[in-house]
Parts: sequence; structure tokens; C-alpha cells
Amino acid sequence: MENHNTTVERIKPNTKKLWKVFWILLGLTALEFIIAFTIDADHYKWTKIILFIILTIVKAYYIVGIFMHLKDETKAFIWTIVLPVIFVLWLIVALLIEGEYFGVERFNEIKEWINV
Amino acid sequence: MAVEKASVNPAHLLWEGGTQPLKAGYGKLMMWIFLLSDVFTFSGFLVVYGMIRFGAPSFKDVVPEMTHKTFEFSQLYWPIPDQVFKAVPFLHGINAPLVFVGIMTFILIFSSVTMVLAVEAGHRRDKADVEKWMLWTILGGIIFLSSQAWEWNHFIHGTDHGLLLADGTKVFGAKLGLNEYGPANFANLFFFITGFHGFHVFIGVLLNIMVYYNTANGVYEKRGHYEMVEKVGLYWHFVDLVWVFVFTFFYLV
Repeated sequence: MENHNTTVERIKPNTKKLWKVFWILLGLTALEFIIAFTIDADHYKWTKIILFIILTIVKAYYIVGIFMHLKDETKAFIWTIVLPVIFVLWLIVALLIEGEYFGVERFNEIKEWINV
Repeated sequence: MAVEKASVNPAHLLWEGGTQPLKAGYGKLMMWIFLLSDVFTFSGFLVVYGMIRFGAPSFKDVVPEMTHKTFEFSQLYWPIPDQVFKAVPFLHGINAPLVFVGIMTFILIFSSVTMVLAVEAGHRRDKADVEKWMLWTILGGIIFLSSQAWEWNHFIHGTDHGLLLADGTKVFGAKLGLNEYGPANFANLFFFITGFHGFHVFIGVLLNIMVYYNTANGVYEKRGHYEMVEKVGLYWHFVDLVWVFVFTFFYLV
């Protein structure tokens, strides 16, 4: 078993799928650039941001699923990793909403202070 | 038992107790758990960044008639990233928003695919292939770090015109207390987040060099498996993954 494939037969690499994922990631990044330069940020700011976030999550799916082979692991393994991340995503969303509230409060205070 | 299940549970993947929870080797599972904890760290940074940015006024709050085309830097509001990161090495004074960071992204994605090719070669126990792809990965990592060093250097030294402050003095580039692009927190978060990511890349390059060295010396060949390439590969892909998020939230949004 030790010298199974060291000398005579060299197992052929099977890398088609990996290169395909590379081209997908490259394409998605190119798409992000196209969005960044074509969509008018003054009017469609949130459309842009939501598109960027969706594309980022798709890219993350390919990196984690294919490159890191998480898709090939057992179900319990996958959920061990994915479940905490879902909670973290919620934490981020919740604190962004809080942050906006802070900003509005602070801004109103400054405005009142300027008026008085 | 070991003979019967050899294909499913190779001996090197069995834990000390003789079983194999979650059908994964101990080292690989622990690498995943470590990466999960690293997700928490980077999420903490992104939360801080998001909260401070959402809490800071945008240019529309301060100067309602300003658009993205007429945008000018001020310390009163948060800058637009593609107005900040628009310099490219050897092209001084040319306005090329996000081009250089796009090249950096490409380099990191490319080094990620060479890493996964090294892992695949490790599964085939093909020593020459592992060496080849590890070298490409190390090269990608070093180019990325050099690019980041250039970007930091440019960010710190700033533009030719700088920013005129209310007291008549000018500020060039970014320091921790003051910068020409916007509120102090903007530069601080940039240094903090890209710096911590760059530190991860640096550690990754060191680990990759170690894996290359061990492969070239036949350590994994003697051991009978290339699981170490897989473990370090997980770390390297994670670094790439973090960059995907940093790229979106720091440079695009």
C-alpha cells in the first residue's frame, strides 16, 4: 500500500470542477465591478448594497462548499459550522439597526444644539 | 475492524479512542472549530465597522445637494470608498477607482484555487504536484502582501492635494488621530481590519512555506497521507473568504 502510486501509475488529476469554481468566482467579482460602476449610487444605493451582499454570500458558498469541501462532510458536521454563523449574521443585522438609531439620535442632538 | 473499514476510516483519521466523530480526522475538525472562532473575531470587527458607519452621518445628511459625482472629502461625514482607493502603482495621478484592489482580489482567488489543487494532489499522494501548487500558492500570498504594503503606504501618505481643514492647515494621508478622507474612525477601522486580515495572510504564507518544506523533504510521503496540506488549505481558504467580505463591506459598499 505504501508504494501504491509512487512509481508506475500516476493517478490522473481530476480538477475540472475546481477550475470551474475559479471561473465562477472570477465572474462574480467582475459582475460586482460592473455593478459598482454602472448603477447610479445616488438613486439606487440600497439596490447596489443588497446586490453586493447577495453576490458575496454566493461567493462564500462556493469557497466554503467546494474549496473547503464542507459539502462533502456529514450533515452534523455541516450544521456544527453553519448554525453558529447564522446566529452571527443575525447579530450583525441587529447591531447595524442599533447603529443607525445611534446615528439618528446623535444627529438630532447636534441639530438641536445648533438651532439653540 | 481496521482492515474492513480501511477505506471509510483510514487509520490516520481515527481518533485516540478508536472512533471517528463526524467522520472527520481530529486535526481537520479542530481546524474547522478554530476557523469558526475566527469567524466570530472577524464578525466582531464587521459589527464595529457597520455600527460606526451607520452611526456616522453620510454626505447626504450634511450636504444634501452633493452627489457621488461632485463628492468631496470632509471630516464631517463618511467618505465613499471608491473615491479613496483609486490609485495604482506606477500610474501616479491616474484616477482608477478600485482597480488595484480588484487585482488584489484576483490574486487571492487565484492563490485559493492553487491551494485547493495542492489539496487535491495530496489526496492522490502526488508529491511533485503538491510541491508545484504549494509554490504557486506561496507566490500568490507574497504578491498579495506586497500589494497590501503598497496600498497602506499610499493610504498613509495620501494624495497630492490633501485636505484643507477649518483652521487653515492641510492634512495629507492618514494617521490614527486625523486623516484627509473622513472621520478618524474611517482610517482606524481600515488599519485595524485590513491589518488583521493581512496578519492572517502572513501567518498563512508561513504555514504554506512549512507545508512546502515538509512535502519537499518527503515528511508526508513517509507519514502515508497529506492531511496537513488539507488542514493548512482550510486556513488559507478561510483567509480568502474573509477577504471576500472585507472587499464587499470596505471597498464596494
